[in-house]
Amino acid sequence: MKAGSNLEKVLESGKFAVTAEIGPPQSANPAPLTHHAKMLKGFAEAFNLTDNQTAVVRLSSIASAVIIMREGVEPVIQMTCRDRNRIALQSDLLGAAALGVKNVLCLTGDHQIFGNEKGAKNVFDFDSIVELQVFDQLRREGKQVGGEVIKDPPKAYLGCAENPFATPYEFRVSRLAKKVVAGADFCQTQAIFDMDMFEKWMDEVRSRGLDKKIHILAGVIPMKSAGAARYMKNKVPGMIVPNHIVDRMKNAKDPKEEGIKLCVEQIEHLKSVKGVHGVHIMAVAWEEMVPRIVEMAGLHPRPTVE
Amino acid sequence: MIVAKRKPINEIAEMLAPYKKVTVVGCRSCVAICLAGGEKEVKMLVSALKVKNKKDGKKQQIEGFVVERQCEKEWIKEVEEKVLESDVTLSMACSLGAQTIGDMYPSHLTFPGLNTGMFGVPEEQGVWSEKCVGCGNCIIHTTGGICPIARCAKSMLNGPCGGSSNRKCEVNLEVDCAWAAIYDRLKIQNRLDLIDKVTPAKDWSTSHSGGRRVYVREDAKLTPHQKKGREGVQ
Repeated sequence: MKAGSNLEKVLESGKFAVTAEIGPPQSANPAPLTHHAKMLKGFAEAFNLTDNQTAVVRLSSIASAVIIMREGVEPVIQMTCRDRNRIALQSDLLGAAALGVKNVLCLTGDHQIFGNEKGAKNVFDFDSIVELQVFDQLRREGKQVGGEVIKDPPKAYLGCAENPFATPYEFRVSRLAKKVVAGADFCQTQAIFDMDMFEKWMDEVRSRGLDKKIHILAGVIPMKSAGAARYMKNKVPGMIVPNHIVDRMKNAKDPKEEGIKLCVEQIEHLKSVKGVHGVHIMAVAWEEMVPRIVEMAGLHPRPTVE
Repeated sequence: MIVAKRKPINEIAEMLAPYKKVTVVGCRSCVAICLAGGEKEVKMLVSALKVKNKKDGKKQQIEGFVVERQCEKEWIKEVEEKVLESDVTLSMACSLGAQTIGDMYPSHLTFPGLNTGMFGVPEEQGVWSEKCVGCGNCIIHTTGGICPIARCAKSMLNGPCGGSSNRKCEVNLEVDCAWAAIYDRLKIQNRLDLIDKVTPAKDWSTSHSGGRRVYVREDAKLTPHQKKGREGVQ
């Protein structure tokens, strides 16, 4: 075991894993985190705490992780390279490990132009692949990127994200392979709506043997409305939403119910894709739907692995 | 070259407002090529300021000059008299030119007329784009001749990020994704293996992160004797 997290135990035992997301609030109030932790406990192995997602200032991911841990819920902290240089990234990894955080998702980060502090100076000392490589070396050898060897290195189960739907498509599996080499243990994908395209990507992942080297958790987003589908189709860079899905949401009598149904169908399908070791449910600002989705998809109760 | 843009006329007028006598100094190098501070732009600015002053009923004496390269002391000497007899000099060169005048005449006021933007190239008439950030350790032989530090919004060494759509950058859909361009270039060069390897952490100490850079070429420096000789000639 690299960190001995619940997520690691489930994935390494070969069981199908579930992760979901909890968005930290835009305030200093821990109550929404506690509320969601209580509601979601037992419905996924671990929950991602986003790191100032879309560059909007929010309660920090490490602080959020500690708050949900108090409720007995396991966190995956997201750590972007946008706001921290190598000194801060390594320091935060040590700090998070010392606080008992075991799962770390390495991300380059959304550009600040999308957020509420557009005048910010960004850092990008690293990208996500360099971050993985540096964290992997730190956990294995206790060796910092600058060469200094430390005592009591951090234990961490390292994750990455990958988007099969961003250009150039031909390079997307190679990029996942680089993340494997850099030290990633698991990968949460961008939300999947185009199943054919995802399966093509998975074919190549399997043909290169990558499914044996990294646990792939397929990303899904339950949609509340046809507007949400159109927004993701037209406005979110690197996202592909086929017309039949937009139409299905548009023609639905009860779009919210249809969104849940669609998400459950997607999970059912993804469970059957060879090499997919779990799902990652991103119910953005709709966290309360996660228990229903997990139950309807036949993924509840979650396994216990010792 | 260094690419700059002229500041808005109102901002310039406001900067110059307290002063009676203004000397405007342009530059025939980069900023002339990028149509920001060459001979023509200096003439245009001087007449625009005069028209504005006339309209506002303001008395101000404004004269314009242009030097060959404002970042070199030798060329500034040509306008030294005009600079020093004014209350303020408005530099229409990049910030390097403005700072060179400022460093030469520390008690004299020198203000910037341009916003210096980038190391860029003219793509077509009227279009300039950034291609280098002066990191001090060039790697473009490994990236198909395309700099990801300058041309990727996140300066990624192992791109492209997940926001690359239709080979465009998520930050500006008009701009090509640098990493899609790198991929395409390496593909036609049959060198894709170069980006299959992980590029490790970059040492940024050669960039501005390492502090202000001063490059010294000992073999090119003048001896004290040679310096004295040069001064004698001048």
